[in-house]
Amino acid sequence: MNATWSRFNIASIVLGFAFLYLPIVLLIIFSFNESKLVTVWAGFSTKWYGELFRNQSLMDAAWVTARVGVLSATFATILGTMAALALTRYTRFRGRVLFSGMVFAPLVMPEVITGLSLLLLFVAIGLDRGFLTVTLAHITFSMCFVAVVVQSRLMTFDRSLEEAAMDLGATPVKTFFQITLPVILPAVISGWMLAFTLSLDDLVIASFTSGPGATTLPMKIYSQVRLGVTPEINAACTILIAIVATGVIIASLVNKRREVQRLRDEQAANRG
Amino acid sequence: MKSLGSIRRSFSPWTDPAAKPYIVFENVTKKFGDFTAVNNLSLTIYEREFFALLGASGCGKSTLLRMLAGFDEPTSGRILLDGQDMRGIPPYRRPVNMMFQSYALFPHMSVEQNIAFGLKQEGMPKADIDKRVADMLKLVKLEQFAKRKPHQLSGGQRQRVALARSVAKRPKVLLLDEPLGALDKKLREETQFELMDLQQNLGLTFVVVTHDQEEAMTMADRIAILDKGQVMQVATPAEVYEAPVSRFVAGFVGNVNMLEGTVAERSEKTATIKGASGAEIRVENAGDATAGSTVAFAIRPEKIKVSSKKPDGAANVMEGEIYDLAYLGDMTVYHVRLADGQVVKASALNSSRITEDPLSWNDKAWISFAPDAGVVLTR
Amino acid sequence: MAETTLATTPSASQEAVPQQGTWLAALTGRLVIIIPYAWLLILFLVPFLIVFKISLSQTAIAMPPYSPTFDLAGGISGLWESFREFSFDNYLWLTEDPLYFNAYVSSVVIAAISTFFALLIGFPIAYGMARAPATVRPLLLMLVILPFWTSFLIRVYAWIGILKPEGLLNQFLIWTGLIDQPLIILNTHSAIFIGIVYSYLPFMVLPLYSALEKMDYSLIEAAQDLGCPPISAFWKITFPLAMPGIVAGCLLVFIPATGEFVIPDLLGGSQTLMIGKTLWNEFFSNRDWPVSSAVAVILLLMLVVPMMFFQQAQAKAQEQGR
Repeated sequence: MNATWSRFNIASIVLGFAFLYLPIVLLIIFSFNESKLVTVWAGFSTKWYGELFRNQSLMDAAWVTARVGVLSATFATILGTMAALALTRYTRFRGRVLFSGMVFAPLVMPEVITGLSLLLLFVAIGLDRGFLTVTLAHITFSMCFVAVVVQSRLMTFDRSLEEAAMDLGATPVKTFFQITLPVILPAVISGWMLAFTLSLDDLVIASFTSGPGATTLPMKIYSQVRLGVTPEINAACTILIAIVATGVIIASLVNKRREVQRLRDEQAANRG
Repeated sequence: MKSLGSIRRSFSPWTDPAAKPYIVFENVTKKFGDFTAVNNLSLTIYEREFFALLGASGCGKSTLLRMLAGFDEPTSGRILLDGQDMRGIPPYRRPVNMMFQSYALFPHMSVEQNIAFGLKQEGMPKADIDKRVADMLKLVKLEQFAKRKPHQLSGGQRQRVALARSVAKRPKVLLLDEPLGALDKKLREETQFELMDLQQNLGLTFVVVTHDQEEAMTMADRIAILDKGQVMQVATPAEVYEAPVSRFVAGFVGNVNMLEGTVAERSEKTATIKGASGAEIRVENAGDATAGSTVAFAIRPEKIKVSSKKPDGAANVMEGEIYDLAYLGDMTVYHVRLADGQVVKASALNSSRITEDPLSWNDKAWISFAPDAGVVLTR
Repeated sequence: MAETTLATTPSASQEAVPQQGTWLAALTGRLVIIIPYAWLLILFLVPFLIVFKISLSQTAIAMPPYSPTFDLAGGISGLWESFREFSFDNYLWLTEDPLYFNAYVSSVVIAAISTFFALLIGFPIAYGMARAPATVRPLLLMLVILPFWTSFLIRVYAWIGILKPEGLLNQFLIWTGLIDQPLIILNTHSAIFIGIVYSYLPFMVLPLYSALEKMDYSLIEAAQDLGCPPISAFWKITFPLAMPGIVAGCLLVFIPATGEFVIPDLLGGSQTLMIGKTLWNEFFSNRDWPVSSAVAVILLLMLVVPMMFFQQAQAKAQEQGR
């Protein structure tokens, strides 16, 4: 396989990744800039981070975002896992086409439409906009992403594991909690993480569905960005990136380690 | 006592009209959409029997097993276990356990947790579970592997864990779906005998699904040969081999020569079969073949003797030439082309190292066989 | 061991229990469908119907700022009354004002051009990843996914600092001596193209990669062995086999890009016309809910066809995964 990895291939990957990462790297670098002018380097400083933590409204927004994220990710994971089970286990039921349509559509639906439609629903049923409505909105669109992640895991799931459990006397409910869920747990966890980051990142849907007192961090950042680039926002962005990147990297390292260990175990088992 | 295949059986409840069948399939049909997997099938299995369902893939044998386990319900007909109708009883309430082809070991549980799983569902006290698990581990000789996870075991060890897990609940019936399918040849042969010993010691009823005829012949008390969702024959391995009831069964199990012809003469037991080229075969035990009917005379290669000189006193002798031969060490297989162009396979055991009368390609040869060396098949 | 250790309960109770067991099992099985189904119906489908309904209403200076509102107290007749008040005025308004038409057209054009560039840039990356040694591939895959995890807003924001007249790109180009006057990129269409391609590149690369990774490289070797030169082998073998990935990737970029708001708003400046931005302004600045609903309905209708293609591609991929 090495022979087929030509210089052209390597070059396109290097350039591609440079394109993907350079803007983020620059943003991080300039968050440590001494100067107020973000594009002129004037020495290393962490003063903008200090500034950031003294900005009460930003801190409030961060707290709202964290709570919305955890809550919506948790519910989205439960609902999304159910939807994935429904789609993989029940190949025919009434309205399945509509159901799968509703699961896949939010993946590509322009956010302005989702946001507007949810807002109009909340107004129609007289629900005051705020923490609850943002959370409901985030559950709705992120559960579909969870469903897709969990569904692809369920597709390769060996059904005979469930049959074996039932054969040994476990009821379907017990079978799900003792066998199915533990086995697909890594996919469910990455579904949760995905839902959490989607909620953490969302600006458009939150702008529509949020109300007074429930301003999320992206909304706060957006309103400041419109006024121009500031090192303080760079610092806020850097922290957000750091949180997400740390989570993703740790998760994939744990996964990788588990896989390597597994491979080693299997080889050892087959040797003797 | 004369017996087919030189095995005398002491365990044969199926010959006893007073014996009560343990598992009964009664006119069972199973359809998946338009496809009929099992077609109006009836079958009885007795307690403590080692019963094999043998057939090519897609013949319905696995469906039969899954219906017994409760994963599929028959479209029509019924299944009785110990006299009780199994309809509507979910798998987790049936007194049968299954060993899966893929073993289906729970990957997140250790060996002992896997074995204990069924016992916990039953609500067995912890101390009893521990004891039973220890017994099971000893039974399958995996005591030192109790804490390992399935992926830390070799294929053969996994197979034994699956077995221990499925017998841990002491089910009335153990269902085995291709139990040795994933093992290599050598391990498979050893494990066959282990399974037989286990069945004997525990006194369980085993129903095993397999596509490997050798496996079925080695282990089973009786074999049911299935094709297209129907039973072709149910009999002991020796009967299946020596007295197949149809061309399909004769061809499915082992090697066979099928000599087609019409019944020229028929007495009470004997008959003469005339081939297309006029060659005649004298046979005993002609069964239900009537004079004038088209039949096949099925004879196994090892029942045919090949010689370079015309043998004296044999009931059936035919002339031909060696068309092909294969030296396999323990025996030699000859393909002899007869005068009418048909090629007959014959095998000879190489019981001595040096042969006085070696045959070679294109040599003239004679084949001969006794009148009772084969069977007459009408179906 | 014929005396089985399994407790033999009286047959009567044993018959009653499994009935209940299967009934319960069937219900819990159904719940897995019913709960998410109901959720999506209420929070995904019904809102669209409301959008559609409000797009037929009149603007009103009230809260909510449209009439008629739903008046459930009025019963069936009340509902009928409100139906009679519906009108297509908002849609007529959309056709009369060229602003909307131009916004739709330029959204589609911008999305299409960006999709093309995303494919052009994404394909070599995906191809290079698929050809990479198997040990490196998971790392490369993670590197493609990682930006997707970081905030969209942040990634778009990062480009402002790069593209603006006194930004890093211009500083760099002037430093190298390639130009002496700063290029005006920010607040032009070019900035929007860059923003969309950059933000949606992972969506293009991932389906392409999964299609290309499945491809057996010996197919190319076989084609070359049969006398096909490399470039022609690419068009005759690689490209058709990557088609499902290309379709999925393009749809994943094109559909959301058409309704994009953040990128045109932050990078495109005030004079860019894109429908997502128009909708946003109509809603938040003009507070004209009925018109913004009508804008949304038309946008949705435009995207229904590509969305159905996407849905079909997903279903097909699902079939093959089985």
